[in-house]
Amino acid sequence: MTAPALRVTGLQKRFGGVLAVDDVSLDLAEGELHAVIGPNGAGKTTLIHLLSGALKPGAGTIVLDGRDITGFAMHRRVRLGVARSYQITSLFPNFTVRENLALALQGAGRPDDRDRALAELEAVGLGARADQLAGALAHGERRQLELGLALATGARILLLDEPMAGLGPEEAARILSLLEALKRRRTILLVEHDMEAVFRLADRISTLVYGRVIASGAPDEIRRHPEVRRAYLGEEGPA
Amino acid sequence: MRDTLHIPLRPWPMLGVVAALALLPLAALALGQPFYVVFATRVLIYALIATSLNLLIGYGGMVSFGHAAFVGAGAYTVALLMPAGIVSAWLLWPASLIAGAFFAFLIGAPSLRTRGVSFIMITLAFAQMAYYLVLSLRALGSDDGLTLSTRPSLGFVDLNRDAAFYYVALAILLGALAAGRVLLNAPLGRALQGIRDNETRMEAIGFATYRLKLLVFVIAGAAAGLGGGLLASLNGLVGPNLLHWTESGLLMIMVILGGAGRLLGGALGAAVLLSAEEAIAEHTIHWPLGIGVVLLAVVLFAPDGLIGGLSGLARRWRANP
Repeated sequence: MTAPALRVTGLQKRFGGVLAVDDVSLDLAEGELHAVIGPNGAGKTTLIHLLSGALKPGAGTIVLDGRDITGFAMHRRVRLGVARSYQITSLFPNFTVRENLALALQGAGRPDDRDRALAELEAVGLGARADQLAGALAHGERRQLELGLALATGARILLLDEPMAGLGPEEAARILSLLEALKRRRTILLVEHDMEAVFRLADRISTLVYGRVIASGAPDEIRRHPEVRRAYLGEEGPA
Repeated sequence: MRDTLHIPLRPWPMLGVVAALALLPLAALALGQPFYVVFATRVLIYALIATSLNLLIGYGGMVSFGHAAFVGAGAYTVALLMPAGIVSAWLLWPASLIAGAFFAFLIGAPSLRTRGVSFIMITLAFAQMAYYLVLSLRALGSDDGLTLSTRPSLGFVDLNRDAAFYYVALAILLGALAAGRVLLNAPLGRALQGIRDNETRMEAIGFATYRLKLLVFVIAGAAAGLGGGLLASLNGLVGPNLLHWTESGLLMIMVILGGAGRLLGGALGAAVLLSAEEAIAEHTIHWPLGIGVVLLAVVLFAPDGLIGGLSGLARRWRANP
């Protein structure tokens, strides 16, 4: 196997007395879709904060293509090809949808002319909304734009924090097919509660409970893993 | 294609305003009120300074409460260099611009590590430190300030003629506004407004937000420094009051009154506030009360300032004349 695109070793983050992320190690292979699941408060979002650079870890290292980026600021990581999306939609509501995407292109140092911004919009299915203010979009469209901002950075590695959060079945299906199209073309760390989507998309799944990885492996192994079933999937689980 | 960020150029209204401003000294002379030429020059200079603050507050979301420090830096630069024998405005004004930029870098570098209320307070604290420093330095004239016997020289333009100074100030203001428009329509301007609206997300899409904010803070400080240099040149008098926090507050009021985040907001705010002060102060020493009432009305009824209110009225008139 080739060296992983992103290697995380012994990552730890403490908030006061709580160990939100406790000695987490995981690899992201090039082109892999690695899902992270776990109950609420397991530290999934904190993990994304640490990998994206929004938070500094108390211990551990993050290595990108053999280069230690643990101390790098968020914008530097984006320039190196690691971008994230947010669980709680974070847009530029006073900008049009196209201007939102042009900004993401500009931020990552890519050409930000109209055609490219529109092409990125088409990719997330918002082509018809280009001239609307982002603040005026419906919830599902806002989630699409949220994902679009991360994609437009051109990052090879995407850290997606619950892209389907709060979506109806139809909207969730749209995001799901979007992620399926992205698979292989980008390396993805996906945090998601929609288990059907996770087991359909993921090459590998890590289960986080109380900040620790209790199991990591192929979807079939995770599905059968007794500890994962007890802690998260429930005894019945998706069979 | 809709552009919410692009600031369009409206040549005809713009030309009308410029023509009126160009004729103003002639009108003042014809009416036998030459004093108003100096007053109008002061308005133009404050328009420049308020515009620079609007860049920070209105476009960058950086609510700086210490802008007077940069004005003071520019003003004292002129007041110190002229007695030392440097009398050319070509040297003095760039020097005050650089002084403003330098102090903006010194104050901005630590202050911009904070956001929100902390940023307001820390810029205020730095500016007050500068104020007390000036007050305590005998070389800067302590609380008497410094006086200049003459105005700087500017080649064939005689700045001692009030009308000449007025036209020079007008040219500088128009140049600054044009440069501001170019900057705001450029990628840097879009990034600045992105930072104002959602700084965290800007970092998450690859912007070095701290560096961008510092750059704009220094640009605004430079313009304020130039404004301070112009004020010193015009008045021939520089005092520590120029750096006092009330002066920073006055500049903020100009921005909010005229329209934060509107290119001409600072200029309009400066014109309205200084004119109101001039008109009311003749009759009562309680003029700040009147300003307070007007400001309250603007904040309540025209949150986009007078520019926002006026353009709203214009839109309604066009739709339904």
